[in-house]
Amino acid sequence: MTDTSTTNARQLSDLEVRAEKERVKRNWLLSMPAMILLLLGASGPLLIVLVYSFMTPGDYSGVIWTPTVKAWFQIFFTVDIFDDTVRLADAHLTIFGRSLRLSLLTTLLTLIFGLPTAYFIATRPGRQRTLWLFLITIPFWTNLLIRTFAILEVIRNEGLINNFLRWLGVIDEPIQILYTDTAVLIGMAYVYLPLMVLPLYAAIDRFDFRLVEAGYDLYANRWQVLRRVILPIVKPGIIAGSILVFVPSLGAYVTPRVLGGGKNMMIGNFIELQFGQGRNWPLGSSLSILLLLVVAVALLFYVRAANRGGSDE
Amino acid sequence: MSDEVAVRAEGVSKVFGSPGNELRALDDVTVDIRRNEFFTLLGPSGCGKTTLLRLIAGFETPSAGAIMLDGKDITVDPPFKRPINTVFQSYALFPHLTVGQNVGFGLEMMGRSNSEIDDTVEKMLALVQMEAMRNRLPTQLSGGQQQRVALARALAPQPSVLLLDEPLSALDLKLRKQMQIELKRMQMETGITFIFVTHDQEEALTMSDRIGVMSAGNILQIGSPREIYNSPQNRFVASFIGESNFLEGTASGTGAKRRVALADGHSFEALVADESVSDGKVTVAVRPEFVQVVAADTADALPATVTNIVYFGTDMHCYMSLNSGTEVVARVSADADRGGALETGAKVGITFAPDGPRIVGD
Repeated sequence: MTDTSTTNARQLSDLEVRAEKERVKRNWLLSMPAMILLLLGASGPLLIVLVYSFMTPGDYSGVIWTPTVKAWFQIFFTVDIFDDTVRLADAHLTIFGRSLRLSLLTTLLTLIFGLPTAYFIATRPGRQRTLWLFLITIPFWTNLLIRTFAILEVIRNEGLINNFLRWLGVIDEPIQILYTDTAVLIGMAYVYLPLMVLPLYAAIDRFDFRLVEAGYDLYANRWQVLRRVILPIVKPGIIAGSILVFVPSLGAYVTPRVLGGGKNMMIGNFIELQFGQGRNWPLGSSLSILLLLVVAVALLFYVRAANRGGSDE
Repeated sequence: MSDEVAVRAEGVSKVFGSPGNELRALDDVTVDIRRNEFFTLLGPSGCGKTTLLRLIAGFETPSAGAIMLDGKDITVDPPFKRPINTVFQSYALFPHLTVGQNVGFGLEMMGRSNSEIDDTVEKMLALVQMEAMRNRLPTQLSGGQQQRVALARALAPQPSVLLLDEPLSALDLKLRKQMQIELKRMQMETGITFIFVTHDQEEALTMSDRIGVMSAGNILQIGSPREIYNSPQNRFVASFIGESNFLEGTASGTGAKRRVALADGHSFEALVADESVSDGKVTVAVRPEFVQVVAADTADALPATVTNIVYFGTDMHCYMSLNSGTEVVARVSADADRGGALETGAKVGITFAPDGPRIVGD
């Protein structure tokens, strides 16, 4: 009796081991196309960029295959051409600062506009919700360049805002919005708003509104219910939306180029410059890798924050 | 319990939906709930009992009428300004806060000091026997434990009225019985007015000081469990609480007792709750335990034929049909039929216990 049952158990576990091996093999095969694509499309080029960042710039473009860390040094420091003194690269740091500042502000701005929007959509009855979500995603279907030029049309000196204000008689001279940081900010907030609204909507949609009633019932006023009940529970959505906006904002290229003019560069434009007129591919490569690292750190922060929200003791 | 009124709903109506597609959840409801009493709103789902509770809590505003608390009109006060707390059907515990933080939430919002909050939380958790769970999150608790925390959270701010919206419906039978007794104990210990909503008649009968039976947006009858069970005023109350046989007949006479004649000429006496009821066609309700099965030749007995017998151990249900075809169920003691004379097809007589049959409104 005992013997048969143990033999049975052994046979079964053998079977299970075989089934498990079979499953692992199948999973590998299934993920193969994606793996190949990732290797060729993402990891490969990335590796090339990494290698380029440690090379010497060619005279007209490209690289000379002489290894050096000069590009990485150049990101932060400049060497005076006359007396060889090393100074911080102010111009570069200004660009980094602007990129960081504008990206954070964009995130904040989309959050401020996105939260009420997402709340509004999530509290509509079923069919209306689909319509509102559809409207939010419409800009996604339009080319980024066209959307950016649309914003340009609104804010330029002879644009919608200035013409309207002049018609009202509020101003005599047009307000210069275009080609300022404000213009870049407006453009990016407009472009990335859907990326904030969608995860916020998902979080608020999951939110149990009976908790709001419970909050009111326990003497919390509207502000306290928002701060103590709603915000802590939809926090994962806020973090997800913020990352989704912050990451592409940091690498934004088209928007600052069109709305910021030539002067108000962000990292994306600066990188492009190195591969174009700058003819310093290694510097562009090292900047790209640096940008990637910053984004990776931001994502790591998100993953950790999301985990903490999920299984807090 | 005192005779002072704690909560008064005065001619309250609530209409949901848009014009043309209206749903009248409450229709001109007036009810007084006394201080320190355990009052139950009992009715089937959709009868408006939860709506009335939500109006008292302040989650909804009545379409007409007024809600008064201790004589003060609170009809338009937001929930956070009413000294009324709710135990929600789904518990609605804050998932991001620990048990202790949940229980202390109300006091914190009222701006009480940390030491006071700490003491009260300790005391409330002791009251519901959950001291050991203070630092757990709601997701780490069983349904019964969440229920206790929800109760402690609602009691912590010491409200003058506690509303309970079917709080036991998600618990299994054994836990439910236990919580029924505990709820009653807590109500007596705290001296807080409890307004309890349920569709479970047994729950209502065991716990309440008074019950308001609701149907289709109206309160049909208010009374102690005994009054409700023994003298239902209308057909709905008689059938919703306990079991009842209904007989159609023609009443004659005056006073508290009338003679009711069935279509086949046989007649019996029935009590009438409202003496002003005019004679004529009436409905009579009789509880199965007030129906007696006697020999067919007994004087004044209604002739009937046994159609089925269901045995329950201590007693049995005897299903019979009258000449008119009306079904009548009698609950008879199994002892009474030791000879085994009751069997399907047997011709028997039916009499009623004195004060058993009652004329009810429709």
